[in-house]
Amino acid sequence: MDMETDQIYQIDVGNLLAFNPNHRFSSAPSSREELVKECVTEGTKLVQAIADTLFNLPSTETNDGPLVQLPPPTTKLPREKHLPRPKPPTKWEEFALKKGIQKRKKDKIVYDETTDKFKRRHGYDRVNDDNDIPIIEAKASDEPGEDPFAMRLDDKKKRVGKQEKNRLENLKTAAKAGALPSHVQLAVTGLPISGTKTQPKKIGKEALGDVAGLAATSTASGGKFDKKLPGEKPPKKQGKHHKYLPIVPRYGWVDEEKEQTNKVLGKLLSKHSHEILNVGKAINMYNDKKEKKKSGRSDKSKAKKDITKKKPYANKAN
Amino acid sequence: MMEIRTPKTHKAKRVLEKRAPKLVENGKKTLILHGTKTSATLSAVLMELYRLKKGGAIKYSRRNENIRPFESGGETSLEFFSLKTDCSIFAYGSHTKKRPDNLVLGRMYDHHVYDLIEVGIENFKSLLSFSYDKKIAPHEGSKPFICFTGEGFENVPELKQLKEVLTDLFRGEVVDNLNLTGLDRAYICSAISPTKVFLTHCAIKLKKSGTIVPRIELVEVGPSMDLVIRRNRLPNEGLRKEAMKSSKDKPKKKLKNVDQDDVLGKRGRIYIPEQEVGKNPLPDKSKGVKRERREGKLKKNKEEGSASKKQKESE
Repeated sequence: MDMETDQIYQIDVGNLLAFNPNHRFSSAPSSREELVKECVTEGTKLVQAIADTLFNLPSTETNDGPLVQLPPPTTKLPREKHLPRPKPPTKWEEFALKKGIQKRKKDKIVYDETTDKFKRRHGYDRVNDDNDIPIIEAKASDEPGEDPFAMRLDDKKKRVGKQEKNRLENLKTAAKAGALPSHVQLAVTGLPISGTKTQPKKIGKEALGDVAGLAATSTASGGKFDKKLPGEKPPKKQGKHHKYLPIVPRYGWVDEEKEQTNKVLGKLLSKHSHEILNVGKAINMYNDKKEKKKSGRSDKSKAKKDITKKKPYANKAN
Repeated sequence: MMEIRTPKTHKAKRVLEKRAPKLVENGKKTLILHGTKTSATLSAVLMELYRLKKGGAIKYSRRNENIRPFESGGETSLEFFSLKTDCSIFAYGSHTKKRPDNLVLGRMYDHHVYDLIEVGIENFKSLLSFSYDKKIAPHEGSKPFICFTGEGFENVPELKQLKEVLTDLFRGEVVDNLNLTGLDRAYICSAISPTKVFLTHCAIKLKKSGTIVPRIELVEVGPSMDLVIRRNRLPNEGLRKEAMKSSKDKPKKKLKNVDQDDVLGKRGRIYIPEQEVGKNPLPDKSKGVKRERREGKLKKNKEEGSASKKQKESE
């Protein structure tokens, strides 16, 4: 419904957008209300123009009202994310392409010859289940000590492990090309190691707490006066660990202090006391001590301070 | 030492798939936040913008001191938020003495800043100050009409960019089917001077006319404000070209050498090049020479050896 021939609006029905490039607002500022009114009337004309095309589109009647098929928008706006990149073919796909192997659709239900029934391929009560084999005939190549059932399980584990490794490699190449599937994330779990292949074990929260507790209690006061970091939990047993034996033994109970001393005496004076005491080591220690005393501590490298030469208030006199 | 991590719940998987780059994209979500200081008008503007875009906007209420969109280092926080909330348009408000009531509208491509435009807000009228019949109040999330008036939008490059940004901001989702009864709002943007744009939000009243097309009447309901262009940053050419790429740019290749015949059906033409007998290298089909076969044979002979021969003899 464009009345003037030179007033052609640029209409984009897909976006419900209309643009009038020809209107000129008066540079002399009329009052605010008039300006607003002018804008709204111009806007009304534009909306009317869009509605004209819109209501003339073929519509289908639904419960909520007439449904119209909008044409695709004509104004080009920038995308919010990049276009999805093509996935590089996996190792198996490359191989299949080279050999000309076609994908074959597998049926969900397969005929099982051993039971003459149709069983499902995967899941409960499946065809060719590994756990269902009652007897494995021994081949001449088998050694007597081997367990064929355990070997089958082992083989399966190895196959699964190999498949997982291959899957990881495929995902890595896809990630390199920027085409990692949206639901997969590759996470680095440890630092790359040169040398042995064993992964460093990640220390858990509890273990770290225990180690921190150990370090704290190894101070002279047993970690009682250490400054705590925000969020650190209080240690399990603060302070020094003293075990005091009761002075007065309880009625009917063993005198623990007496028992303690008796135990030590018994060990020293027993028949086999020479086995407990390392006589050789004791003799060596005694001899060493004696020799040190004799030499007058000459093996000490530190020069001894001469106290007689010290004058404490020499400088202060001036 | 890499590990494959996949979502453990279906909901998580669906969220990840929704956020993945696709051929046909979802509607852009808007992130609304403010800087160190906001004035009363600016916080009202941000709040009302959030209300207008209720379904597809996220509003942060804390102040962000380290976001400076026009400085080279000040965008990292914005990009992080964009990544976390999956928002590709942002509206950042700040109020300083030099730039009072400042609003920066920006867009992201792949969660990196694509372009920015800074406008100052003047003559703001809140939607609460408009009085109208509540029956015609527009519903939340309805697709709006967007109208631009004025030659400035074509001639002035900053206004051109503003037009694009406002279209992106107000557009919402791109839909195939539209219910005509659900059209109830319109945004009117008028370039009243080469640096000023008057923006207002109106509700639509459809009145009976003689034809199928109803007569449109607009009633101002929503916030109205004057946008004064301050600074802007256009995207660099390479980035712009990449962002504007769409999958349907190349027309579908015509299928050659195939024609449909009514009698015989689909017919194709095959061209066979001349065979040069004697010039092509023959395939090496010497089976005994292949490595896998050789190794396999060696293994077999080692393992079975005499034992298998005994078995065969006994049978």
